[in-house]
Amino acid sequence: MTHQYPALTAEQKKELSDIALRIVAPGKGILAADESVGHMAKRLNQIGVENTEENRRLYRQILFSADSRVKKCIGGVIFFHETMYQKADDGTPFVQMIKDKGIVVGIKVDKGVVPLAGTDGETTTQGLDGLSERCAQYKKDGADFAKWRCVLKISDNTPSALAIMENANVLARYASICQQNGIVPIVEPEILPDGDHDLKRCQYVTEKVLAAVYKALSDHHVYLEGTLLKPNMVTPGHSCPTKYSPEEIAMATVTALRRTVPPAVPGVTFLSGGQSEEEASINLNAINTCPLMRPWALTFSYGRALQASALSAWRGQQDNATAATEEFVKRAEVNGLAALGKYEGSGDDSGAAGQSLYVANHAY
Amino acid sequence: MTHQFPALSPEQKKALSDIAQRIVASGKGILAADESVGTMGNRLQRINVENTEENRRAFREILFSSDASINQSIGGVILFHETLYQKDSNGKPFPALIKEKGIVVGIKLDKGTAPLAGTNGETTIQGLDGLAERCAQYKKDGADFGKWRAVLKITSTTPSQLAIQENANTLARYASICQQNGLVPIVEPEILPDGDHDLQRCQYVTEKVLAAVYKALNDHHVYLEGTLLKPNMVMAGHSCPKKYTAQDVAIATVTTLLRTVPAAVPGICFLSGGQSEEEASVNLNAMNQLSLPKPWKLTFSYGRALQASALAAWVGKNENKKAAQEAFRKRAQINGLACRGQYVVAGKTDTAATQSLFTASYTY
Repeated sequence: MTHQYPALTAEQKKELSDIALRIVAPGKGILAADESVGHMAKRLNQIGVENTEENRRLYRQILFSADSRVKKCIGGVIFFHETMYQKADDGTPFVQMIKDKGIVVGIKVDKGVVPLAGTDGETTTQGLDGLSERCAQYKKDGADFAKWRCVLKISDNTPSALAIMENANVLARYASICQQNGIVPIVEPEILPDGDHDLKRCQYVTEKVLAAVYKALSDHHVYLEGTLLKPNMVTPGHSCPTKYSPEEIAMATVTALRRTVPPAVPGVTFLSGGQSEEEASINLNAINTCPLMRPWALTFSYGRALQASALSAWRGQQDNATAATEEFVKRAEVNGLAALGKYEGSGDDSGAAGQSLYVANHAY
Repeated sequence: MTHQFPALSPEQKKALSDIAQRIVASGKGILAADESVGTMGNRLQRINVENTEENRRAFREILFSSDASINQSIGGVILFHETLYQKDSNGKPFPALIKEKGIVVGIKLDKGTAPLAGTNGETTIQGLDGLAERCAQYKKDGADFGKWRAVLKITSTTPSQLAIQENANTLARYASICQQNGLVPIVEPEILPDGDHDLQRCQYVTEKVLAAVYKALNDHHVYLEGTLLKPNMVMAGHSCPKKYTAQDVAIATVTTLLRTVPAAVPGICFLSGGQSEEEASVNLNAMNQLSLPKPWKLTFSYGRALQASALAAWVGKNENKKAAQEAFRKRAQINGLACRGQYVVAGKTDTAATQSLFTASYTY
């Protein structure tokens, strides 16, 4: 306990830190394009498109062909394994297309959830076996960061102490292994929005989960400056009868992070969960105009919230490809502004009205 | 685990947060005048003054009857139990004398160390028994914050897992009880400077200890915005042959804090340990000059490092009162400047030298 056996050299630390800072550079966030084959099935099903490898390739091509406008608002793209090795119509590997835009390539490395016996339907996440070798290979093939998603849920008796502890531990093991292989780990302890709990409950649970995550990262000697956090925003459950403003969500979220996420972490890249595209942008903007001091970048790592419009514009038709790409670029730019606290919304409310709702932070 | 049973109402939180903010308001720190009878004995012996209650009272009167302008550098004073109930020569109680200068009164609450059986000479701290009642009484009698000192040491086998965890736990219990009684808890996990370990070793141990402390505070539902931290600076052991600069100490210390202390904590008030008055000021100044982002105030809670000159000027003689007060005022003013990174040490160039050392932070 008292002697250090350094996990990383100064050079390794610098490399990891530089990668992390590039991803969350001011005004930039992450495109989460790492939907698994099964997950893509749902998305394509919704627009009446068959879930073939070619259709998945065509769809990702739409996103990755975005022009240089995305350079200033997208710092990283998360890939699924299959996509890492696909190419555009002209034979350019997707990985190269992304890197040529100065965007960092990331890879999803977890292998999905498995049940925790003896709990009320809770899970942990698998994928540690051979993870080191996989990371080394992905690094060679162009990835500089990775993502691993753990899942917790709020109900009357969850998340349990075991679920919190086990998921925190597995996240820390994953993070440690990534760093050994020059890969920045994005740590994602998602607390699902399902349920009728209110904002306070979500905040309380989020604080407990994040405290456990950062204790585990410390125990596992993870270099925080070379990591990113991908948490849920603090929101009420989907079926909660009480409605909250973006400012309330922002205050609860930033308060929870200030109490648990060490300032050494360079960036927090929120998941969008079940939020609509506009909701996810408005909330991110409110978070970035919250009057509390925020020592980390607060930005996005959005999947659906960046792609929904693009998907429905495409509908599997090649003729719609350009229009679909344009929809994506638009959402990316909006979120880039939100990451700077400069997004004024789609015209409904003004920033001034929002400001006045930032009161009484002692209620959080 | 999933339901919150709020420990504090919003009004209680606001009161605690306001007290903490007042203590560490810009440019202010703490005078630690809470030496126990025994420790005061050591101090007085050095200047050949008898350790009587009257002499202890007389010296504290010198400090507390300083001109009110001392409140520009002193935000809080920590008292020992005996001192809280003593009066100045005009019969004014010390708490009143201090409060009328706009300075917050604090009280030492722990009852000293107790051995941890089965360890290599390690200790925990006692004082939890009846602590709530004591806190309530001290609050009535003028105190608004408390202090509790836990002690850890670095050797080849310490601090052990047990010592870290046990001291973190007692600190959290103490903090929780204080807050229930309207007192802001200063959390002090001191890692002694004894030993020949180098700077890196101290940093490693301090990171582990602080991670454990903040996990414990979270587990015990402590309201971080209503606490202060009183840690050691990160320094090499006293008998370490290698010498380090103030910038080395500053970078190592702030890096450690960035990795472990949540942004919600309003202030970090360093203990001076075995440092001389000047060393303690120079090191604090170097930290405040660093361009690393610091979401908490970095200030002082000094005992010896504020009083040594005053004691030496007084040597128990009433006619030396003014000289002693001047010595104290000078140190207070210097430390107030150090809090803002504005202490110009004669003969040294500063910011340029400090800036160039920042790039070496990856070695920390």
